[in-house]
Amino acid sequence: MSATTSEAHRFRPLVARRSGLLTRHPRITISVLLLGTLAGLAVFAPLITQYDPMTLAVTQRLRPPSAAHWFGTDAYGRDTFSRTIYGGRISMQIGLSVAAVSVAIGVVVGMLGGAIRWLDPIVMRISDGLMSIPGILLAIALMSLTKASVATVIIAITIPEVPRVVRLVRSLVLTIREQTYMQAAVSSGTRLPRLMLRHILPNVVTPLIVQATYICASAVLIEAYLGFLGAGTPPEVPSWGNIIAENRTFVQLASWNIMFPGAFLALMVLGVNMLGDGVRDLLDPRLAGRIGK
Amino acid sequence: MLRIILRRLAATIPVMLVVAVVVFLMLHLSNGDPAAVIAGDNATAEDIAQLRTSLGLDRPLLEQFVQWIWQLAHGDLGASIFNRVPVSTMIAQRVEPTLALTVLTMTIAVLLAIPLGVVSAWRVGTWVDHMIMALAVAAFSCPVFLIGYALVGQFSRTWKLLPVQGYTPLSEGLVPFLLHLALPAVSLGLIYTALLARMTRSTMLEVLGEDYIRTARAKGLGVVPVLLRHGLRNAAVPIVTTIGLGIALLIGGVVVAESVFAIPGIGRLTVEALQQRDYPVIQGVILVSSLVYVLVNLLIDLSYLLLDPRIRY
Repeated sequence: MSATTSEAHRFRPLVARRSGLLTRHPRITISVLLLGTLAGLAVFAPLITQYDPMTLAVTQRLRPPSAAHWFGTDAYGRDTFSRTIYGGRISMQIGLSVAAVSVAIGVVVGMLGGAIRWLDPIVMRISDGLMSIPGILLAIALMSLTKASVATVIIAITIPEVPRVVRLVRSLVLTIREQTYMQAAVSSGTRLPRLMLRHILPNVVTPLIVQATYICASAVLIEAYLGFLGAGTPPEVPSWGNIIAENRTFVQLASWNIMFPGAFLALMVLGVNMLGDGVRDLLDPRLAGRIGK
Repeated sequence: MLRIILRRLAATIPVMLVVAVVVFLMLHLSNGDPAAVIAGDNATAEDIAQLRTSLGLDRPLLEQFVQWIWQLAHGDLGASIFNRVPVSTMIAQRVEPTLALTVLTMTIAVLLAIPLGVVSAWRVGTWVDHMIMALAVAAFSCPVFLIGYALVGQFSRTWKLLPVQGYTPLSEGLVPFLLHLALPAVSLGLIYTALLARMTRSTMLEVLGEDYIRTARAKGLGVVPVLLRHGLRNAAVPIVTTIGLGIALLIGGVVVAESVFAIPGIGRLTVEALQQRDYPVIQGVILVSSLVYVLVNLLIDLSYLLLDPRIRY
């Protein structure tokens, strides 16, 4: 009897905590469900839709949404639902790559800048300069000089994001550097590489996860803007920005071709932003003012 | 005061120099021969060679850079490859619509965001706060073109209240000017409003937790004077900082908004230059907009002296 109560006593908080994670952090739950659905649609696109996103069907031009074509068709008779869910693949690929690459570069440069005194002013001046160039303009300039491809779009969006990570990491390193455990590590003869990997890196991970989600959201949005302006992935790629760009002339006749992919884009950005906010509050509420979007 | 301003102005020189180096190196380090890329797929070998000479790409890199900086220092941004018009003239011709749109957007956003953020912080944890913040996240995630086309569909096509697109200069009357800018400013302003409202709320939350707020309330001062004079006054510096930093976001959005609403501003100029691979024009736009960004943020830095007498430079 007593064993069972103590058993129950031991397990109840654990269970309560688990179910609490879902109800107490509704933002995380909603955003994970939303992003899971969008990702599922993108990944399993060939199983979900019978239409190929590239196949032209001139007899089916500009059909409004119907049972056969859920989101209608575009000016070439292509199925907009199919193009929209395939477009999610490009957005996810670009969002995740930009977040990963800019965080990776930003961590290395930011930690070096924070740890090596003579390097710091140089790193800071270069970030100041890069940050004063509006990101979309920098990306447009890069795209005007290279042949359009998914890889060049990733590079063009990553470059303006890197200084934001650098500044965040550097400011964290400057705080960590003054902690007593750092003095202890330094005075016991720990070398710089080990200091960085074992003592500094673990302490910057949390803010970086949050920053990475914001970068991911902004990358998805900028990718769509670039596609819309004709500076994105090659026009034949069904990315959301490209779909909207090629349907602009028909906005009055066939607004579904813009509204559906646009809504998917907004939902994905919303999901990632909400996930970032939720994770930030979950991991450390004090971060709120420190990380900029 | 003059010394402070001069010292701050001098501090912007290295930043602008980095911008110039980035813009310059981009042309030279990009994949392959920039002359060939700019000339396009149908160019002959002579076209490319001629372009290379006219852009000075055949000379040593450092010599090109020094000469280019020298020209920049004299206000010469170079000339368009396409029609040989000086870039500074092209930008000057297009600056009015962009300036009008940006100023109007910022005004709307500030007037909307600060009260929303203050109310949200004052009523923290209530449904009012939750609703404002949910709207802010939604607005922050909404692409400019989606809002733009949705608003045009409703206000211009269905209700026929506002023009679909285009721009009328202020000289042709205030009413048509505002009517043309209303939808672009609202669609562009949403993201900026959301950003500012969130920042206002979080800063106000911090300030409202201070002892002097409780004291002010305890001595019988009304809610509004406490929120405005004691609260907002002390939250001003971070909010004004966000207004300045958000300009980078705004300039990016302007390019998209001008495209959606066919406004003949700097954003359209950039997109046209992109289509023609007219790199000197894009280069000029970047340099000018970065300079504007840096100078506005310099002004904002100086405004701290007025907003918070404790700050000394």
